[in-house]
Amino acid sequence: MQKNLARLTAALGLALLLVLVACGGPAPAEPPSQPEPTEEEAPATEVAPPPTEEAPAEEEQFVFGMLLVGPYNDNGWSQAHYEAGLYLEEQLGAKMVYLDKVNPADRPGTTPDQLAEELVAQGAKLVIFNSDDMKDASTTFAKNNPDIYVIMASGDQVWEDGKIYEEIPNMMNIMGRMEYGKMIGGCAAALSTQTGKIGYLGPLINDETRRLAASAYLGAKYCYEKAGNDPEALEFKVTWIGFWFNIPGVTLDPVQVSNDFYTTGYDVVISGIDNPVNLGEAAKLKAEGKEVAGVAYDYVAACEAAPDVCLGVPYFNWGPEYLKAVSSAIDGSWESQFVWAGPDWADINNLDTSSVGFVKGADLSEEASAMVDEFITELAGGLNLWTGPINLQDGTAYLADGEVASDQQVWYLPQLLEGMEGLSAAE
Amino acid sequence: MLRGRLGSFLFQSIAFVLALGFVSLILLAVGASPLEAYKNILTGSVGSMRKFAEVLVSFVPLLLVTAGLLITFSAGLWNIGVEGQIVLGAIATTWALRQFVDSTMPPALAIFLSILAGMAGGAVWASFAGMLKTFGGVNEIFGGLGLNFVSTALTLYLIFGPWKREGVASMSGTEPFPDVFSLPQLPDLRISPWALGIALAAVLVVYLILQGTYFGLRLKAVGRNFRAAYLLGIPTWQYSLYSFLICGALAGLAGAMQVTAVYHRLIPSISSGYGYLGLMVAMLINYQAIWAVPLTLFFAALNIGSIQLPIVMKLDSSLSGVLQGVLVLFVLLVEGARQKFLKKA
Repeated sequence: MQKNLARLTAALGLALLLVLVACGGPAPAEPPSQPEPTEEEAPATEVAPPPTEEAPAEEEQFVFGMLLVGPYNDNGWSQAHYEAGLYLEEQLGAKMVYLDKVNPADRPGTTPDQLAEELVAQGAKLVIFNSDDMKDASTTFAKNNPDIYVIMASGDQVWEDGKIYEEIPNMMNIMGRMEYGKMIGGCAAALSTQTGKIGYLGPLINDETRRLAASAYLGAKYCYEKAGNDPEALEFKVTWIGFWFNIPGVTLDPVQVSNDFYTTGYDVVISGIDNPVNLGEAAKLKAEGKEVAGVAYDYVAACEAAPDVCLGVPYFNWGPEYLKAVSSAIDGSWESQFVWAGPDWADINNLDTSSVGFVKGADLSEEASAMVDEFITELAGGLNLWTGPINLQDGTAYLADGEVASDQQVWYLPQLLEGMEGLSAAE
Repeated sequence: MLRGRLGSFLFQSIAFVLALGFVSLILLAVGASPLEAYKNILTGSVGSMRKFAEVLVSFVPLLLVTAGLLITFSAGLWNIGVEGQIVLGAIATTWALRQFVDSTMPPALAIFLSILAGMAGGAVWASFAGMLKTFGGVNEIFGGLGLNFVSTALTLYLIFGPWKREGVASMSGTEPFPDVFSLPQLPDLRISPWALGIALAAVLVVYLILQGTYFGLRLKAVGRNFRAAYLLGIPTWQYSLYSFLICGALAGLAGAMQVTAVYHRLIPSISSGYGYLGLMVAMLINYQAIWAVPLTLFFAALNIGSIQLPIVMKLDSSLSGVLQGVLVLFVLLVEGARQKFLKKA
């Protein structure tokens, strides 16, 4: 009996542990996402939408679905998509159904194409896949569900000039030309660094992340020189964490990586991951008296996480292009295409027209702010930093003197650029 | 009345109701309707053939793992390392498939060999925990946990290193295998009847081993009383090792199913937590093989059905994990209460 009791106690202990594990679960993003949306962010009417059976009651309303790789309120990539979804609801009177945290760590045992079918079951006629991580799954889903429209954000499957072109009539690829945003962010960083060392918090290594890190470097180098410094002296280091956000035990901890940057002389860290955790770390160190700052990424209001250390945020504004795409699905003019939309140079922060924008942060000095504005004007006037001579990281020529990179060359950048420190591909 | 099967069933029902009540309280606390939540889980899991097929996709590996754990539990062992054994099964399967992708071997044979490789991988990994236990005196719980961490690290190393996709270092996994290397699926449904058949056959074999063989009897003798079994002439440590090997092979088979029937590549969380979930199921059914199928199906349904919670009700889907855990807790608690009651009576 005694032994039984001991065994029972052990079992209870383990069960409790398992419950805790189940509750605690993998909670990759900081701050921990709350299942309960705050009142402002979530439309109250959405809390209890009618179950599927009652759907016919509102037949007119177009329903679109969205799969978000991170939490809908991640203050970054996924939130930018989520807000674009709200924009669509407002502009079109459409209804969004969405599922966030669609990644292998948060939803074990499921695949994005399966989850997309759940959204279709809720009435979605169009599904937006929001992460490069879901590229294969989006193709599978689009082929298996030819009557559902698919938008694969950041993908290139239906780019005729792309490397992996496939004819998928119900699919559209949409991406913003964040290269410009990253250049502006890099510029702000270079104008603010005291040590001449900039850290770049990279997610995983692929075409997209290489070209964006490289764009930040190009912008930084340009402005560093313009401010009267030697561009060759600028140190720019990329550390990849392994995924778009922290997954404990799987990726490097971005907070730790930021801390490593800040404590080894890199006084400005640019976020390339899905949320601005570098700002939190910068704010902590600033409170301790260190002169550090950061550039956020993805989401228009990302600086609000820590305004005092934020130099600015290059952000995606998915609304305008999504509006066009979803409208075309509704009125039947849908056309499978690859959209790589740039900023509206008349006003890069016009949320109705510009796909990419830049919001300056409170920590950007007045002088630097003026120079950033000047840089934006130059870009608007046709300045193209993807112009040779540019070498790849290993020294091989990428662009000859005066040669301007084609879209393919930028999109499929094979390595980081000469002068950048960090891995160009997996070891 | 309390001693018989009926009594046991009665107490388990009480535990179930208590667990449901507890979770309902949690739901009420966050302002959600428990009834609506349960209804959504139900329709989300068995509401259509498609959804039920998804449940079966989750059911297959969970059943394999649970079947394996029944063997180790019978031998009195807590094989926490089962999670890592699934992972190694998946790694070995992926490794084998990679060898065959460019060969002229018929895909069916390649899949078959890869699945065998997966079983071998799981068994070898389990044997580490077993040997640490029998020869090193390391408790299998700690050895297993340690090996789980090593298996995760190994997966990540492979995905980011030698098996990375061209020019890409992402935890989204290795290059997917061509379709011909997948276990055939039913038209329009994601479940592979082969996978389902393999899982059901495995649990049947385990049931027969435990109920109808001399081997099973000896295994249970070792589990009940190691010393007495030894004195009776049963080669006890060998039996411990055998149980690890069988469980590891079944866990490896689960990993092989994840690769050949679900993900078609290696991903970092390939085990999907089925190992830990299997431990819970095994405890819940009090290590009786006959209950493995319905309970595993129930847990798989909870897993899949709970996806509706964030979509429809904006609730966190980890709620199903809470329900599963709470269920196990209450069953154990009520069982404890029953034993105490019996002792007094």
